[in-house]
Amino acid sequence: MGQTLRVTVNGEGRSDEVEPRLLLVHYLRETCGLTGTHVGCDTSQCGACTVLLDGAAVKSCNMLALQADGAEITTIEGLAPEGGLHPLQTAFWENHGLQCGYCTPGFIMAAAALLAENHDPSDEEIGRGLEGNLCRCTGYVNIRKAVKAAAQAMREGAAAPIGG
Amino acid sequence: MAVTQLIGARVQRREDPRLITGHGRFIEDHTLPGLTHLAVVRSPHPHALILGIDTTAARALPGVLAVLTAADFHKVLSGSMPVTPAFAPEKKYVPERFPIAEREVCFQGEPVAVVVANDRYLAADAADLVHVTYEPLPAVVDPEGAMSPGSPLVHTDGPDNIGWDMTYAGGDIDAAFSRAEVVVKERIIQQRLAPTAMETRGVMASYSPYSEDLSLWLSSQNPHFIRLFVSGAMGIPESRVRVVSPDVGGGFGSKISPYPEDYLVPAASKLLGRPVRWIETRTESVMTTIHGRGQVFTAEAAALRDGTLLGLRLTQVLDLGAYHGTFGAFQACACLMSGGVYRWEAISARTVGVLTNKVPTDPYRGAGRPEGTHLCERMVDRMADELGMDPAELRRKNFAREFPFVNNFGLTYDSGNYDGTLDRALELSDYQGWRQRQAAAREEGKLVGIGLSTWVEICGFGPSAATAGATGGIALVESAQIRFLPSGSVAAYVGTHAHGQGHDTTFSQLVAETLGVPLEAVDLRHGDTAEGPAFGYGTYGSRSLSVGGMALYTASQEILAKARKLAAHLLEASPDDLEFTAGAFTVRGNPQAKKTIQEVALASYGGNLPAGMEQGLEAVSHFDPPNFVWPFGAHVCVVEVDRETGAVEILSYTGVDDCGNVINPMIVEGQVQGGIAQSIAQALFEEVVYDGASGQLVTGTMLDYLVPTMNELPTPKLDRTVTPSPTNALGVKGIGEAGTIAASAAVINAVCEALRPLGIHHVDMPASPDRLWRLMQEAGR
Repeated sequence: MGQTLRVTVNGEGRSDEVEPRLLLVHYLRETCGLTGTHVGCDTSQCGACTVLLDGAAVKSCNMLALQADGAEITTIEGLAPEGGLHPLQTAFWENHGLQCGYCTPGFIMAAAALLAENHDPSDEEIGRGLEGNLCRCTGYVNIRKAVKAAAQAMREGAAAPIGG
Repeated sequence: MAVTQLIGARVQRREDPRLITGHGRFIEDHTLPGLTHLAVVRSPHPHALILGIDTTAARALPGVLAVLTAADFHKVLSGSMPVTPAFAPEKKYVPERFPIAEREVCFQGEPVAVVVANDRYLAADAADLVHVTYEPLPAVVDPEGAMSPGSPLVHTDGPDNIGWDMTYAGGDIDAAFSRAEVVVKERIIQQRLAPTAMETRGVMASYSPYSEDLSLWLSSQNPHFIRLFVSGAMGIPESRVRVVSPDVGGGFGSKISPYPEDYLVPAASKLLGRPVRWIETRTESVMTTIHGRGQVFTAEAAALRDGTLLGLRLTQVLDLGAYHGTFGAFQACACLMSGGVYRWEAISARTVGVLTNKVPTDPYRGAGRPEGTHLCERMVDRMADELGMDPAELRRKNFAREFPFVNNFGLTYDSGNYDGTLDRALELSDYQGWRQRQAAAREEGKLVGIGLSTWVEICGFGPSAATAGATGGIALVESAQIRFLPSGSVAAYVGTHAHGQGHDTTFSQLVAETLGVPLEAVDLRHGDTAEGPAFGYGTYGSRSLSVGGMALYTASQEILAKARKLAAHLLEASPDDLEFTAGAFTVRGNPQAKKTIQEVALASYGGNLPAGMEQGLEAVSHFDPPNFVWPFGAHVCVVEVDRETGAVEILSYTGVDDCGNVINPMIVEGQVQGGIAQSIAQALFEEVVYDGASGQLVTGTMLDYLVPTMNELPTPKLDRTVTPSPTNALGVKGIGEAGTIAASAAVINAVCEALRPLGIHHVDMPASPDRLWRLMQEAGR
């Protein structure tokens, strides 16, 4: 029997009847139609399914949808306003931080949580912050570069006077 | 090819806006009205007889639509899965392979039944309720053991376990060894690897009984070939099968050949009259998606005391798995490339393909070329050690220097400058400085080693003269169609299919530059067999630009030839008097008389055409390359091995590669970075492990199969030299596999050199802490 799940997804309040065993990632992909969150490993190693749950990076393939009851969820589709790009998205694009792009949403969401806590992470801190995400294409060189570039852009953006 | 605003430019990728915002469309993002979900019941045994399959409980579950076994699939599928001649044309034994087992299972994970249900969770539940009774049989795990006459059989009805056994003879090997002053021998293992694309495989199919046609969506590097194979097995005309490969989340070779599910999912759709989708789990992927490598080499090299290389004699024992991979014999090209960048008097290479009760091996990034390079570069280092020569000097003494260079097996390297890449790599890596630091570190008892890899690859598959026979009849040429639409926008269709390589960008740069139109005017289409007339053979073997890009280039030239005639007609001039620059035809000496290519395109759809000219501005071109292309390079790795733990730290990594002319250097660097990462992963971390006694897969998740994270990999220093290929008009070679071919030898040569003071000559992969710790303990005794 279904149970009622109340969550806010990318700013939109929702109420859905879900099976207790439904994984959060499948709720997001299939019930909400947000297919930018990917499944890569089923066992929490790869991080392709990373979303923000009340601002914290979580692996949505290792969580039941009902465990998110009452939470605010942000997926890759909701990271930037419609039609715009988050500095991390811009930085991944400019620095060739992706090839096949399958792991990319997870990396960007994990990096968003990292940069929310640490505005100027060192290489080592980026490595610690993204140790739960696997990429098979890039060798990570440009991912690290992109996260540093985004951090800088966000620092400079934050320093700019409001409305200036 | 001149560097322009578009050629040689770091153009940001056109693919990225959708991928960075979560709007890519991968296989699992596709659905259809009335979609059903398929789960596969797989053998838990590596080898067993199937005594019975009880589907009662599974069928009884509400929401389950069907449980299908081999008997059902025989109604809609026929034949055996394809096996190509590749580089071992004379096969001794090719076991038949139907996509689903009926009487006997021969590897763990082989399909036994499928469940189709209204919901994916339900399908998984029902698969667990299918009760299969097995009689387990002895599993053949070790390929060398499987060669012995007394070995249990991989297939109970097989004659033995030998798939092929042939020797490539390149020169008089006995004469070469008879002159030897020094001989070194080694046994070198290439462990099995799981390609591990981040997106697993997946298939969705919809068969219409009314129009008797099939639509098939799957995550594939090779949609046209899959259409050929599936249409044949299902008895549907090829023209009534549409295969769509959407955004593909990595492949690395694992999405080239057809898989059982590529047949079972469309067959289930036909049997049920419903659309069906199957998405592979990660454990299914490690268990049933092809593996790469899985080879044991024994080799001996002969040389004179002055370092002149004479002969190389080797045997490759290749673990085929339970069936031949469709292109499994491609991996025998390790033998053909075992001489590397050096002049040898003779090479003799025996390849033996051996069946085992494991998932088949097939091309994985590099496929045969990493193995050949690793073998050659290890043997050259062993020889340098034996002779007391600097490994860079021994390499230099034996480099091929005159091009075209014909190797011992008659393959013609088109161009090269091996001194150039080595010189630059030694400089960029500070080789001499590291030699000094190494000496100082050794004084302190530290284990520091410097490893070189000077590599060459055969790629750009390929010339019809070589590839038509290798596939069993179809030449791996490429075709392209380019069509100007009346508005001046350009649709370009190709038969290759990128899965991370950025073809939307690189190919569009090429077309825009050649036709003189803005980049934004070009739309590249690929991956859907129903779009455009282009036919092709997919993306692998570093072939897409040098074969598919060339087809685009030649189609562009045909369009320009027609446009020139039409422009001359419109300008009332002779075609010979026109110049074409910056996208416009002008009359020589009268620059006011001008028609842009886009004006000509619009006119081509009108009524004012020269006599005999048809409407439209489009061309289809096939490109059959006259040769393969031969990228090369030099990599230098410096490592320190921890005496206490056996852990390897990469202190410095440098790669200098040459892939001829470059269209987008940003993408080329990315390919090299990723390729190096995958090869370091083989050298230090990854291995598919089967229990030697039971044949059970031990590394069935990413918890056990160690794909490295950001923290395990270095940031390589990279540079390029440019030696254009004479094989094609663009002067381009391939770059997708370069890093993977180069790096494992550089890393392992460095590890071996680090351990040399302890009396250790050779280390197999992965050079994991426990392996090195054991070796050091044994050496210390």
